Order: sequence, then C-alpha cells, then structure tokens
Amino acid sequence: MLTDLMPILSTLRRHKIAAGLIVLEVALSCAIVTNALHLIQTRVDALSADTGLAEAEIAVLTLRGSKPQPPERNGSIAAEDLARLRALPGIKAATVVNQIVFGDNSNNSGVSLDPDSKGRRISAAQYAADDQMLPTFGLKLLEGRNFTPDEILDNYQAFNTPDPKIGLLIVNKVMADKLFPGQSALGKTVYVFGSAASTIIGVVDTLTHTQMHRARGDGGGAAMILPLRGGGSYVIRTEPGQLDAQIKAASAALEQVDRTRVVTKARPLAEMRSAFYAQDRAMAWLMGGVCVALLLVTAMGIVGLASFWVQQRTRMIGTRRALGATEGQIRRYFQLENLLLTCTGVAIGTVGAIALSQLLMQSYEVPRLPWLYLPAGAVSLWLLGQLAVWVPARRAARLSPVAALRS
Amino acid sequence: MFLHYLELAARSARASKGLSTLMVLALALGIGACMTTLTVYHVLSGDPIPAKSARLFNVQLDAGSSIGWKAGEEPTFDLTRFDATTLLREKKAMRQVMSSGFNTSVSLPDAQIKPIFSSVRMTSADFFAMFDAPWQHGGGWSATDDEGEARVAVISSALNEKLFGGANSVGREVIVRGQPLRIVGVLKPWKVLPHFWDLTLGSYTETEDFYLPFSTAMALKSGHWGSMDCWAKGANGGSSLDLNASCAWIQYWVEFAKPEDAAAYRDYLTAYSEAQRKAGRFERPTNVRLRNVMDWLDAQKVLPADVRLQTWLAFGFLAVCVVNMVGLLLAKTLRRGGEIGVRRALGATRGDIFRQFVVEAGLLGTAGALLGLLLAQGGLWLVRQSPSDYARMAQLDATMLALTLGLALLASLLAGLLPAWRAALIPPAVQLKVQ
Repeated sequence: MLTDLMPILSTLRRHKIAAGLIVLEVALSCAIVTNALHLIQTRVDALSADTGLAEAEIAVLTLRGSKPQPPERNGSIAAEDLARLRALPGIKAATVVNQIVFGDNSNNSGVSLDPDSKGRRISAAQYAADDQMLPTFGLKLLEGRNFTPDEILDNYQAFNTPDPKIGLLIVNKVMADKLFPGQSALGKTVYVFGSAASTIIGVVDTLTHTQMHRARGDGGGAAMILPLRGGGSYVIRTEPGQLDAQIKAASAALEQVDRTRVVTKARPLAEMRSAFYAQDRAMAWLMGGVCVALLLVTAMGIVGLASFWVQQRTRMIGTRRALGATEGQIRRYFQLENLLLTCTGVAIGTVGAIALSQLLMQSYEVPRLPWLYLPAGAVSLWLLGQLAVWVPARRAARLSPVAALRS
Repeated sequence: MFLHYLELAARSARASKGLSTLMVLALALGIGACMTTLTVYHVLSGDPIPAKSARLFNVQLDAGSSIGWKAGEEPTFDLTRFDATTLLREKKAMRQVMSSGFNTSVSLPDAQIKPIFSSVRMTSADFFAMFDAPWQHGGGWSATDDEGEARVAVISSALNEKLFGGANSVGREVIVRGQPLRIVGVLKPWKVLPHFWDLTLGSYTETEDFYLPFSTAMALKSGHWGSMDCWAKGANGGSSLDLNASCAWIQYWVEFAKPEDAAAYRDYLTAYSEAQRKAGRFERPTNVRLRNVMDWLDAQKVLPADVRLQTWLAFGFLAVCVVNMVGLLLAKTLRRGGEIGVRRALGATRGDIFRQFVVEAGLLGTAGALLGLLLAQGGLWLVRQSPSDYARMAQLDATMLALTLGLALLASLLAGLLPAWRAALIPPAVQLKVQ
C-alpha cells in the first residue's frame, strides 16, 4: 500500500490544478454540509420540543361577538360559556385563558422579589385562567396545590384599580428554580404588579412560553399562572379521537346563545403546532435538499475527474499490469489517490467549517457547531469519495494490459 | 468566427454527452437554487413605497420608566397616546399621521349578512395622502373630522365587495360596535409589503380593510390589536388606551417635502422630549429616533434571518457547482489535446484556441441558465406552497430574470477561463508526436 504513495504523490504533483479542484470541492462541501446538518439538527430539536400539554386532546376556540359588551361583563360571560361547555357530554375539561402555546398572544410580566419592581427581576410568561386550566391543559403539579374555584378573581375588577392585588400564583419549575434556587418555592412571596405581594401556592412541571424557541427576553422559560377569569380563548379537552366532533359541538354551543356570535377560529392544538413549526420544517427540508444536491455534485466531480485520469493513464496502467500488478493493486492505487485528495479536502474543510460556524454564530444567533459534526462530516466525505471513485477505479483495474499498451 | 466556435462547441458537447449533461445539470441546480433564494430575498427586502420612502419618517420617543433602563437601548417602538396626540396637534411636519391597529366586526344596518370581522386602522386624516392610498370612489376624511370624532369610515375594495357587491358605497352606512358610520371613501386593491407603517401585526400582513378616525375609534371604545408596552403604573386603573396611560401602542409617521427637513424635526423632537423630562413625564435621558422607511425596516429586522441564511447557503452551493464545472471542463479540454495540437499546427493562434473554449463554456452556461430558470420557477412554486406569510409574494420579475441569465453566464465563463487557458498552453508538437 505504502509503496503506492510515492508514485501517487508524483502524479498528483503533475496534475496540480485538477487535484486542487477536487480538494477545493471536497473542502467546500465539508464546510457547508457540516454546518447545514447542524442547522437542520437545531430545527429538528425545536420541532420536537415538549410543551407539557396533552396536545392530542386539546382544541382552542376563539369566539367573537359583534354586539359590544362592556368589559366588566367579560368575566361573567366567560363563566356562563364555560358552564355551557362543561355541560357537554364529551368534554373532559374546559377553561378560558389569555394565551396558549402556538397561539398569537404572548403576555409577559416582570416579576421581582421586592415590591415596586426593585431587586432581582425576571420576565415570565403570564397565563391568566381559572382553576380548570391545570386539568384542561394536562399540566402536572410537582408541589403544592391548584387554585380552588372561589380563589378565582374577575380580571376586570382585579385590574380596575391603581394597585392590583393578585394574592396567589402558580409558577412553573423553571421559574421556581430561577427565583429560589435550591429551595422550595412554595409559600414564597413575589411581586408582579406594584407593591402587592403574591404567594406561590403551586409549582407545575413543564409550562412553556407561547412562542417556544422564538420567545424573546431574559425569562429563559419562566412562566406563571394568575387566578383570573376574563376574556380570552376557550380551551377544551376531550377524549383522544373525539376532538373534531367535540369542536363542532362546542362551537355550536357557543354560537347558539346569540346570533351575533361567531366562532372565528376552532383548531386542535396539534394543528396549531404544525402550523407554528411549518417555517422551521420547510427550512430543514430546504437545507437537507441542498446538502444532498451538494454531495451529489461533489460525487459527480470526483467521478468525472477520476474517469479522465484513468483514461489519461491507460498506458501506465498497461505497463504496470504487464509488469505483474494485480487488478486489486490498480484499483487500490486509484482509491488511495482519492483518499489522499479527500483527506486534504477534509482537513481544509474542517477549518472552513469552524470558520463558517463562527460567522453564523455572530450573524444569526446559531449555537456553536458541536465538534462531533466534524468527524461525521469527514467520514461521510471519505465514504462519498470512495464510492465515487469505485466505478472509474474498477474500469481502470479491468483494462486488459495488452489493449492498454497498444492504445 | 464566433459562429464557427459555436458549431465546434455544439459538436464537442455532442461528442461527450455524459460529461456535458453533468456540467449543465450541476450548473442548473446551482443557478436554480441561487435564483430561488435571491428572488425571495429581493422581494422581501424591496422598498414598499419607492416614490417617497426617503421622505417618510417613523418617530420614536423614549417615554419608558427608569426601572430596567439600560443605556444605549432602543427607545420604545411606539408612542403613547399623549405624545402622539400632542405631536399631531403641533403639526411640525408637512404631513403627520398617528395610527394603531384593531380588529372589529363590520355589519350592515339591516343585519341581513353575518358580521364580517375586519382588520382596522384607526388613524388621522393625512394617512391616505401620506401613504399614497389609491382611491376607487370618494376620498379620505379631514382634520376637522378627526377633531369632531366624525362617524366616517374608509373601506378596502375587498370589504366593499363583501358588503356591497363592489358597488359605489360612498354615503352608505355600516355598523361598527353598535354605531352607524358613513362611508366616505373606497380604496382600490392596495398592496403594500412589508406592512411598514405597523410591523407589530406581522411584517407581511395585508393592508387593512377598514379605516376610521382615531378619535372616533376612541369614542366607540374600540379595543386594540398589536404591540402594547406599558410601564410604571401602566393603565393606572383605567384602560391602557387612555390619554394618560403609561402605555406605548401608537405608530407615528411624518412626511417632509425633502429629506433634509428631517434634521429640524429631530431638533424639535429632542426639545419636546426635554420639555417632557422637565415636566416629569419622561424619566429616561432624551433618546429620540427619526428613521426613514428603509432604515426603519432595517432597524426592525424585517427581513427574516432564514431568508438571508438560505441565500448564503445557495451561493455556497453555486460555488461548489462552479468548482465542479471547472474540474470537468478541464478534464474534457485536456482530453482533446490531440485535436488542439492539430488546430495549432494548422495555424490557429493561442488566442483562437482560448476563444474557442470560452465560447464552449458559454454555450454550456446558456444551457445551464435556461434549465436553471426552469428550476428556479419550480423552486419558487415550492416556496409559494410554503406557509410563511411572505410566501405568496415570491414571483420572478424582469430584473431577476435578467440576473439569472447574467449570473449563469458569468459563472460558466468564469468556470471556462482556466480550462481555456490550459488548452491554449498546449504545445502542438508534443501532442502530435504522441498521436
């Protein structure tokens, strides 16, 4: 094997340009493909993120009325509508919330450990719902308890005062750990609105920001639930498989109250999820497509140049065969040559991949390229090179020595 | 001579069908990918109002509270109702507009049709003149209407179609929040992308269906859709839409006769901001922004990062395709050393050989361009099927068409230079001797 190395190097030295082109092509592919695969991976990670909700059993309904209603009536209208929904046979639970994951709304509030926004302050996604939010969303309570029905405040009344007082709160685990690292958050006091203290009575497991990975700000996934009933979207939970039928029943129940009411949107949460991630999915497919095309083009280039070399060296192959070289030796010669070229390409490409990753980190807030992608990219390009050179190398090996010498 | 080279090129392409197809295909793939992403980029980064984008300016004042303030940060993107109303009253620009978004049901007095939920812009009189709204019937309202909370409205052609079957509806009444409003104008179909005067509802949302005076909307106790940023005591027990609420939710635009007038207006804003600080309303150091349309779009990062990323990716791909083509062309050229030797021996100069091979590369490039154009059309079709809100805008226009052809030709000629130069260097004698 090694005895082949010297003649290969001296041949390559005589074909600097062609060899350089293959190296360049491999390097470019290596740099682009590793980074593109990493980007695909970040998208796929986002796509499969857990919301902590019983997604398959939940639907969200938006109800609008053309008859103006005074805002102070919002809470009681919601209570009446919820009674109607909960009376429907197939509905396990129903609630009205100001926001839900994958929806359009996003409410966030600053929360601090001292009154009037002084002291340590974090931003948290702010859910406002009644005591049925936990069972409707399917949230898991880690510590403490849920709200009781008589702890739910009317949203309008609560805020129609200069100093709103929300006495109780449920927070998610992220928020509990952020505010009170290493200790239980239960019974602790935080300040959301001005000088009125709120006591944490429960900690739920996973409850995300409504915009998932697109959320801005420093909250880092903190979320809380306020015991408020007011306007918002109706959320129903049914037995799995019954969702579509129950959406129809619930819409009819809400609309039949008054003919100016229209359910403008009624969608299963799974459908909202798919719409929410459509862009990320499209991007992942696009990058995947480009990667495949890129590798194909690179393979095409290797096949083309290797074939040319085989043709050019027919006489040399004939001589070697005549002097006793086996088919395998000839084939291995071309394979080794290809390996040398791809190795050089991969070495340059790895440097390029790291540089490209730096650039992407600076301009597009992409996480750093994990080092594992580099050997993975190298191995795939080696394989690609060996695969691409196989056909020309075999053709070279099968040249009959006599014919090769005569040409 | 050119025609002769072309004929030679065609003959050589026929002679090595496989290799030529490979080259054309690879180039077409690269061109197709590039043009698809470039077209999306071009459409999305376009100027929504080219005639006056340099004269329209967005106003930002930093009215937020000192809690959480960090030096060098952007001021709040929208204005409070108090500031917007004051600036509008003082009329220091050629035109000024305050506006905000909303969504409501619009119905007819006889209640024969189901209410139509429409996107609304509550705004002031100059809106239509400032943004060059195209009129089908009637026109906008006056500043007097703004002051008098006049019960008037302007509707889009789409809403006019739904409500009145497309007839001239000026003078007719519609019901909004239980109150009758008289239609004074109907717009022609109006496309403005991005939706630059209010980016808080999505950068590529369509123009609104319903327009009414800001004062009227407030009198009707309309709600609000879009970004709402409150601080300190916020609504302070009232509504966040109140005149004195510490909430920013109003987009404010001014138009000048010439872009240079902006400097004087910026001074005016600074003076206003200082006065508010003295009065104790503003807590933060004076921090005003006055940006024209394109700067505003840039500052708001309207162009999705994905689109830029895609474009870079496609250019990387094209680079690989070009390198690939150089390699294949080189192989193809060197294989024809004998032919070149004969031509040189028969009197062709190095320049002749060089030109012949460049023409050959150009021919492959043209084929690649045409195929790439088809691929780009297919790619754009795919983009239009995608769910993003800007997808429907992805269309190839004349500029991009020319650019596609130019790019392909440039890429292939670039790819052809090195092989052609190598071909021209082939010494005739050696080649002939080998034969």
